[in-house]
Amino acid sequence: MTEPLLRIEGLRKAFGALVACNDVSLDLRPGEIHALIGPNGAGKSTLIKQIAGNMAPDAGRIHLAGRDVTGLSTAARARLGLGRTFQISSLAMEYTVLQNVMLGALGHRGGVMRFLSPVMKDKALLQTARAALERVGLAEAARRRTADLSHGQRRQLEVAVALTLSPRVFLMDEPMAGLGAEGSARLTGFLDQLRQEAPILLVEHDMDAVFALADRISVLVYGAVIATGTADEIRADPAVREAYLGEEDAA
Amino acid sequence: MKREPLLNAAILLGLLLVPLWALWADAPFTITLATKVAILALAGVGLNIALGLGGLVSLGHATFFGIGGYAMGILASHAQSFVPLTEVPFLIEGTKSMPVIWLVAVVFSALAALAIGALSLRTSGVYFIMITLAFGQMFYYFAISWPAYGGEDGLSIYVRNGFPGLNTLDPIQFFAICYAILALVLFLAARLAASPFGLALGAARQNDERVQTVGMDSFRLRLVAFTISGAVTGLAGALFADLNRFVSPTMFSWQMSGEFIIFIILGGIGRLYGPVVGAALFIILEHFLGGLSDYWHIYLGAILLAVVLFARGGLIGALAGREVAHD
Amino acid sequence: MSTVLLIEQLLNGVQFGLMLFLMAAGLTLIFGVMGIINLAHGSLYMVGAFAAAGVAAATGSFTLALIASLAAAAAAGALVELTVIRRLYARDHLDQVLATFALILIFSEGTRWVFGSFPLFLDVPAALAGPVTLPGGIQYPLYRLFIIVAGLVVAAGLFLLISRTRIGIRIRAGEADREMIAALGVDISRLYTLVFALGAALAGLAGALVGAIQSVQVGMGEPVLILAFVVIVIGGIGSIRGAFVGALLVGLTDTLGRFLLPVIFRAFMDPSAATSAGSALASMLIYILMAAVLVARPTGLFGKA
Repeated sequence: MTEPLLRIEGLRKAFGALVACNDVSLDLRPGEIHALIGPNGAGKSTLIKQIAGNMAPDAGRIHLAGRDVTGLSTAARARLGLGRTFQISSLAMEYTVLQNVMLGALGHRGGVMRFLSPVMKDKALLQTARAALERVGLAEAARRRTADLSHGQRRQLEVAVALTLSPRVFLMDEPMAGLGAEGSARLTGFLDQLRQEAPILLVEHDMDAVFALADRISVLVYGAVIATGTADEIRADPAVREAYLGEEDAA
Repeated sequence: MKREPLLNAAILLGLLLVPLWALWADAPFTITLATKVAILALAGVGLNIALGLGGLVSLGHATFFGIGGYAMGILASHAQSFVPLTEVPFLIEGTKSMPVIWLVAVVFSALAALAIGALSLRTSGVYFIMITLAFGQMFYYFAISWPAYGGEDGLSIYVRNGFPGLNTLDPIQFFAICYAILALVLFLAARLAASPFGLALGAARQNDERVQTVGMDSFRLRLVAFTISGAVTGLAGALFADLNRFVSPTMFSWQMSGEFIIFIILGGIGRLYGPVVGAALFIILEHFLGGLSDYWHIYLGAILLAVVLFARGGLIGALAGREVAHD
Repeated sequence: MSTVLLIEQLLNGVQFGLMLFLMAAGLTLIFGVMGIINLAHGSLYMVGAFAAAGVAAATGSFTLALIASLAAAAAAGALVELTVIRRLYARDHLDQVLATFALILIFSEGTRWVFGSFPLFLDVPAALAGPVTLPGGIQYPLYRLFIIVAGLVVAAGLFLLISRTRIGIRIRAGEADREMIAALGVDISRLYTLVFALGAALAGLAGALVGAIQSVQVGMGEPVLILAFVVIVIGGIGSIRGAFVGALLVGLTDTLGRFLLPVIFRAFMDPSAATSAGSALASMLIYILMAAVLVARPTGLFGKA
């Protein structure tokens, strides 16, 4: 069996009496999409923040591509190959679309401490940046201001920036949110192929996408993983039906 | 859309033509005013690297202006009294050479900016504003209470420092020096804004999380920007001291820091040439309103308030349109 | 002899600290509730001092002078909130800095225009003049003691106001969640005006109280404002308790530093060098304290992490 690229062991985070993350362990193997689902308030955001390095866990370790990154900053994790997209688009809104992907390309290549050369004429960076836009279907919008993009286009741009990082591992927080049926379907197709480049830890509410894409699914309830398995195993799991799908039906 | 570069060229040309006209009309005081504009604009351009590009609202840039000023004052006063600064561990003498003074001013203001930045950039938002203001005040009080270089009274330098091949006592020649430096720094600042560093710094201003997510250390970006910014303002301080042939603790005062920010907002935030227009506007207002009323700061306050509340783009924004040019 | 002097300086430090607290408490309240950085807070301090000096000169009553300082500063604060500050809530910090900087210019020059450039003098009232003998035979100016007591009373009142009253509950709710209290039907714009006026009144009172031991002049507010910022950075923004502890720390550090450092330096320097080096270092001491707090706890001693 291949070594997982992302391995989380016994992660724990409490805010006072509230345990938002309770002894969570999961891993992400090469070539797979591992979906993380759970009702609102299950602790998905807390878990993502800890993996991305925005929040320090109280206990537990995080390994990325064989290295313990638990004590490292967000930036250091990104340099080690963590490509993250945000639930709420987190982009440089005053910049053009191209500038945003250039930023990613620059972050990946390094050499940010260059003060006098014009970055927007850097051929190598431009090539990486344009290729990423091409792949997500945003090439036409390259010169537009990011703030003027539609919601769906911003999501595409998020993914494009992550692509410029050539990450070892993708961490995607609800990339389908607000995309609409057509957009979701297109992104689903795209992620389906993307997993061959780097595995994806996918947090997603869109159950159609999750069950269509995921090799494995972990279900998070009250901060704890109550089940991990294939789509069929998860569908059949009584605890999951009880805690999660049951709620969906009731609502 | 391409009106701003044209406007910038006109601004730079205007700042050159006014003293040339004054030379022809034999109005040396106008040349001095134009020189003052060029120097204060330089200080503002320095601050704008931190504020406009990096989004760092420093209310303590007078610190670097003052350090630049005292670099000139201390070196020149030792030179004019023929007493070396120190003889241990090796002899350091004063100097009347502008290039040497500039170098010292830039190095020491950069070091101060590095230290203050390393402390204050641990925070952000209002904390950053209050801390930069407080450190500025620290230098102000230190300059007042340290008697070796004039304390509260400041230091007078009798003869303007020299520049190889020029007569710096001639107002137009000193203007030429200041103008050339301003033009050079504007050119470099434009390159900086379009450089990889500028792209990353601007992104850090807009969205810190984004910059970290692509693997960049935003603290380092800001610290470098703050240091460059302080160094440029320090250079302006050395020139300002040479213009007045006088340095005093008021160069460190919080009002000075406030005025630098006013230059930027009057001209237009986020505009490379904003501080140039702002400084010119400020000096014109000071000159004309100051002639009309002893209480011209009331009018300045009212104008500033009106610009902040109703005309955020400043003068360049009004003339060149709202869109800030990209790439 | 030296112990007596030290105790006297300690009391001076406490007195200075309490006056800084009055300034810092208003600033930190205004920031906590409205998210506004108000550089013109020093102007309100000055308004209080001038109102007190003017009324004292006209009526001869120190009590009326203090009331006038509270009323004038509160009125000026409310006016400023209604006309300018209100437009700044949704703006960034840069706009707040610039607009309130503009207010300083207007207040300072306006005051100079009305009262002239010469300092005014606010006399210590006869009933509070002269020294008082403290336990241990220490002679201390009665008026300074009065300021200490007044500062403590106001501080206690402020704590009670925040923790026990309906207004205090709303203020705390406003600090926690602005949208929430609007949803609860609290008239938020009135609350803001009120908090701003309250902060202004505290500043005005401090100006009047200090005005009687220093001179009343244009520009007196800004050095105190910047010290109040140091207090807030040390104490942690938005925390009244932090402002109290920070203010006493700054007051004591500054006063004792000025007193003790030259003495300490005299142990290994010649007297005149010790005096100048000591006072130069003393003038930087509170900023060094601030830097130390920043290194250890960037959000201040009582700030939220």
